[in-house]
Amino acid sequence: MRALLRHPGSWWALLWAGLLPLAWLVMQTLQDQLGANPAETLIRATGDWTLRGLCVTLAVTPLRTLLALPELARFRRLLGLLTFGYACLHLLCYAWFDMGFEWADIVQDMAKRPFILVGFSAFLLLLALAATSFNRAMRWLGGRRWQALHRAVYAVAVLAILHFWWMRAGKQNFDEVLLYAALLAVLLGWRVFRGLRARRAG
Amino acid sequence: MIITSNDSGFQHPASSEITPAQVYRSRRDIVRSMAAGSAGLVLASWGMRDARAQMQRPGQLASLPGGKSGVSGATTMEKPTSYKDASTYNNFYEFGTDKSDPAKRAHTLVTDPWSVEIEGLVKKPGRVNLENIMKWGAMEERIYRLRCVEGWSMVIPWVGYSLAELIRRVEPLPGAKFVEFVTQADPKTMPGLRSGVLDWPYVEGLRMDEAMHPLTLLAFGMYGEVLPKQNGAPLRLVVPWKYGFKSGKSLVKIRFVDKQPVSSWEKAAPQEYGFYSNVNPLVDHPRWSQATERRIGEDGLLAKKRKTLMFNGYEAQVGQLYAGMDLKKFF
Repeated sequence: MRALLRHPGSWWALLWAGLLPLAWLVMQTLQDQLGANPAETLIRATGDWTLRGLCVTLAVTPLRTLLALPELARFRRLLGLLTFGYACLHLLCYAWFDMGFEWADIVQDMAKRPFILVGFSAFLLLLALAATSFNRAMRWLGGRRWQALHRAVYAVAVLAILHFWWMRAGKQNFDEVLLYAALLAVLLGWRVFRGLRARRAG
Repeated sequence: MIITSNDSGFQHPASSEITPAQVYRSRRDIVRSMAAGSAGLVLASWGMRDARAQMQRPGQLASLPGGKSGVSGATTMEKPTSYKDASTYNNFYEFGTDKSDPAKRAHTLVTDPWSVEIEGLVKKPGRVNLENIMKWGAMEERIYRLRCVEGWSMVIPWVGYSLAELIRRVEPLPGAKFVEFVTQADPKTMPGLRSGVLDWPYVEGLRMDEAMHPLTLLAFGMYGEVLPKQNGAPLRLVVPWKYGFKSGKSLVKIRFVDKQPVSSWEKAAPQEYGFYSNVNPLVDHPRWSQATERRIGEDGLLAKKRKTLMFNGYEAQVGQLYAGMDLKKFF
């Protein structure tokens, strides 16, 4: 297992696996299989995959610690960047298919619909994280500052859930929202728990 | 030495491999029209082939033809949405909140036998079975725009008669100012009732003059056939100038009342849904802009959304019902 995780091919395998949802969506688009409202399907699907990516990325550290598999750490950046990629697609689909790249309308929409603003804020945070994700940026910022900045991913998780919850509030359909919220609560809660324990121990 | 073979030296291709003249000529036509700059027109008509096919009966359910309607605004000339889109992209929460749920799950709905309870302030209350209600008016085809509050729209050829015919027959008392519509809520056949999204049964209402308006349709069919279950079989309301949720599906009670009924959506989110819910591009829903809409099946991914019309384009017919009313307040 550990040898497999250490194998250089596993990184590439994860990259290709992470691109599968995109490939699937592209294929469905080209074959006109997105249903009656393709724009809506694409916007929602890319949003769902961003949220899933966020959950998987945030699961890396707990799994690494609980399973004592330090090899998992090397996949974290890739998972984070894949998540950012789906967030970009989500924003692009919204700006293009829903708003037709009418910038004035987009700005107005953000002012009008708080959940759009919340989603956009989460995107800006992700953008900052992605922009400082490579080794040079890490060295330039210094480990401590880099780590402090990258804790913003917790805020992204909270904003993402708020965005999703607010969107679904229209239909009062919170089943999926609660599922993701519970998952992220466990992942963030584990960190809080570990932090408290470390402080007590220290 | 002479090598003999069956080969005559002239190889005939199989007849199935020969491109028919029509096909290669049509290719030439396309090339020619491209050269002439009219390819757009050719391709547009090719794109319309689904629409033309849809004008025929879908052949899914029992036939229910409707005669031509003389009501003003009853027949839009816009291209009807494909039957497939109209019967697979539905909001019918009793079968789930996803728009693909009703088509998957509504088959459990039992529509035969069916009866409708007429109650409240009328001279002739009572339970009427579907066969009789269907005889209370002459079936007409009404091709209406349908605008969903979520920002999408369709064009649907309904079959039914003006609700006014039913109302006249049951003779409302002078005190009846509103009509309340109660829809089917059967937990055994409607899995969506388990969720607490709305208070069941789903209730909607109209002011008496709205209910009496000739465009307000009691529909029993669409596309020349009886309604599919996911579209509200066996009978539903269609109020084309209001957002789609005002048009209750699978009606079981029509109640005549003196006070304005509280609709299910008003009860669930009063700040978002008003009693009137007229299509109005100038009054936004808190969650969606109502200025534009996407016509399902027609406005492709890259098409700009179209402008939403006041009263969904039925202003000439229904505008006077709301003369002097502040539509921002009475949304």
